[in-house]
Amino acid sequence: MRKKNVLLWLSAALVYLFLYLPLVIVVVFSFNDSKLNAEWVGFTWKWYGKLLHNREMLGAAMNSLIIATVSAGVATILGTLAGMAMSQYRLRLLQLLVLAPIAMPEILMGVSLLVLFILVNMTLGLMSIMLAHITFCIGFVALSVQARMSSMDPALVEAARDLGASPWRCFREITLPLLMPGILAGALMAFTLSIDDFVITFFTAGVGSSTLPLQIYSMVKIAVTPEVNAVSTLLMLLTLVVITAASRLSPTIFRGE
Amino acid sequence: MEITALLEIVDVSRHFDDFVALDKVSLRIEAGEFFTLLGPSGCGKTTLLRLLAGFDQPDGGDILLDDKSIISAPPEQRPLHTIFQNYALFPHMTVAENIGFPLRMAGCAKKDIQARVSEALENVRLPDKARHYPDALSGGQKQRIAIARALVNRPRLLLLDEPLSALDAKLREQMQIELINLQKDIGITFIYVTHDQGEALALSHRIAVMDQGRIVQVDVPERLYGFPNSRFVADFIGKCNLLEGNVREQQGNSVTVELDGLGPVHVCRSETKCVAGSRCALTLRPEKIRIAANVSPTEDESHFSGSVHDMLYLGDVTVYIVALSNGLLLEALLANSASGRTNFFEVGDSVEVAWSCDAGHLVLE
Repeated sequence: MRKKNVLLWLSAALVYLFLYLPLVIVVVFSFNDSKLNAEWVGFTWKWYGKLLHNREMLGAAMNSLIIATVSAGVATILGTLAGMAMSQYRLRLLQLLVLAPIAMPEILMGVSLLVLFILVNMTLGLMSIMLAHITFCIGFVALSVQARMSSMDPALVEAARDLGASPWRCFREITLPLLMPGILAGALMAFTLSIDDFVITFFTAGVGSSTLPLQIYSMVKIAVTPEVNAVSTLLMLLTLVVITAASRLSPTIFRGE
Repeated sequence: MEITALLEIVDVSRHFDDFVALDKVSLRIEAGEFFTLLGPSGCGKTTLLRLLAGFDQPDGGDILLDDKSIISAPPEQRPLHTIFQNYALFPHMTVAENIGFPLRMAGCAKKDIQARVSEALENVRLPDKARHYPDALSGGQKQRIAIARALVNRPRLLLLDEPLSALDAKLREQMQIELINLQKDIGITFIYVTHDQGEALALSHRIAVMDQGRIVQVDVPERLYGFPNSRFVADFIGKCNLLEGNVREQQGNSVTVELDGLGPVHVCRSETKCVAGSRCALTLRPEKIRIAANVSPTEDESHFSGSVHDMLYLGDVTVYIVALSNGLLLEALLANSASGRTNFFEVGDSVEVAWSCDAGHLVLE
């Protein structure tokens, strides 16, 4: 028994090492006082300081935040409505149509959106990226809201109507507050998906609308500088905070209950 | 002048695809009544309740409240409230907010709401629970809060959908007594749905027995138990022995029935209009049957001999299943009122059973 336990822990440790070692390296070298990702020289904050003076990087970060906030916002509204409909009507086709973009290869989504934007003569820029991000975020929000809605007692809505609430007041006073954890979790997921998306953004971005992932990619083409490590570390931190918040709000999706 | 009913259900039907949930149901319910819809699951009682509340629309017929049709009114505009099976308290609101909800929806002033909520909490004897959330309440407390919430703005009618089914047996009996007293005190009409015939008999002024989307019999509990109009009602309400036979002759309310395999028995004070030669069943409640080693029957009694086939000791009474000479099994009760166990029979003992001529009630095909 004991021996088995040791083996179990060891294999688990190896898997986690495999998953997290690359991330740890990036974080560690973001504090390394050397231009090369080769050996540890000493601790420094200077790469973070340099980031603050990199106008291109700051511009890209701003673009990313604007895009993530707007697309997450719009996707949350549309996804909530879709999730409620999916839970209420249980139509196979509806489920398929809402959720397909999640499973669709990103490269396919990117190319087809690009074709569409060119077809309708739309200038590529922040707007086109936002539209693209909204399309793939809706499904995630819908899934989160649907899970929450399915665990809600349908008698609550009937009770509210029975006690004198109009359909709209019933939605505002009962349905919406009870769905809120699912809605917020979906919104936070949409935000993180948008802020670190590369493939679809790559196809739908135009001149001057570079996002953080695109900016990092263009810098890496020359060399993986400590500055890239620093910005990656910050991005990781942001994602971690948001995902933790989302999992607190909606344990059912994240724990697969 | 005719006294009009508070609620009138006229030829109401409801179909789900091919399934007929309600088939032209008509009922009149008077103001102040404790009225129960009783039947097995799937008989349409809950469907009817949902039509009254406005959660569902009938395919035909009309529902009148105080002589006005309420069919086209949405649930929020009907002056009646529902108590749900699982109480349906709003989990994100405190007990006080739950009870205040209908008042707030009706646009009452904040001060009035506060006063009426605390009054309602006093009435259900839970004044210290105002700030609690429903999750922190026991089943019985949730039940009381649900009732307080439904009654706080004085509806004309209260609909109750198996409200006690989630409670354990002891608490259920206590809540039954509370419900009876509550209804008596406030005088609001209750329409109560249950599949529990014991509960229906204990609570109701009148009961409608339903089966397969139809109303089989509407009557007061004593009549329903003593004079069922069909095999279904006899069998569904309480325990009942059904002895099949033919009507041999009838003179006024005195009937002679030829029971299959047992021979003729005399039924006096019969309320059933039957014609000689027709099939019928004699319904006999277990507690109306005398059982003894030697019954020494009076001349009003029918008697047969048999043997104890099975027995169930239930504490207060013992149930004996007696096999008659023709193989028919008859259920009889013996109250364990005497001290000791001297009157007990064992399985296999020869016994005699007897019942008086007015103990049974005839139901026709």
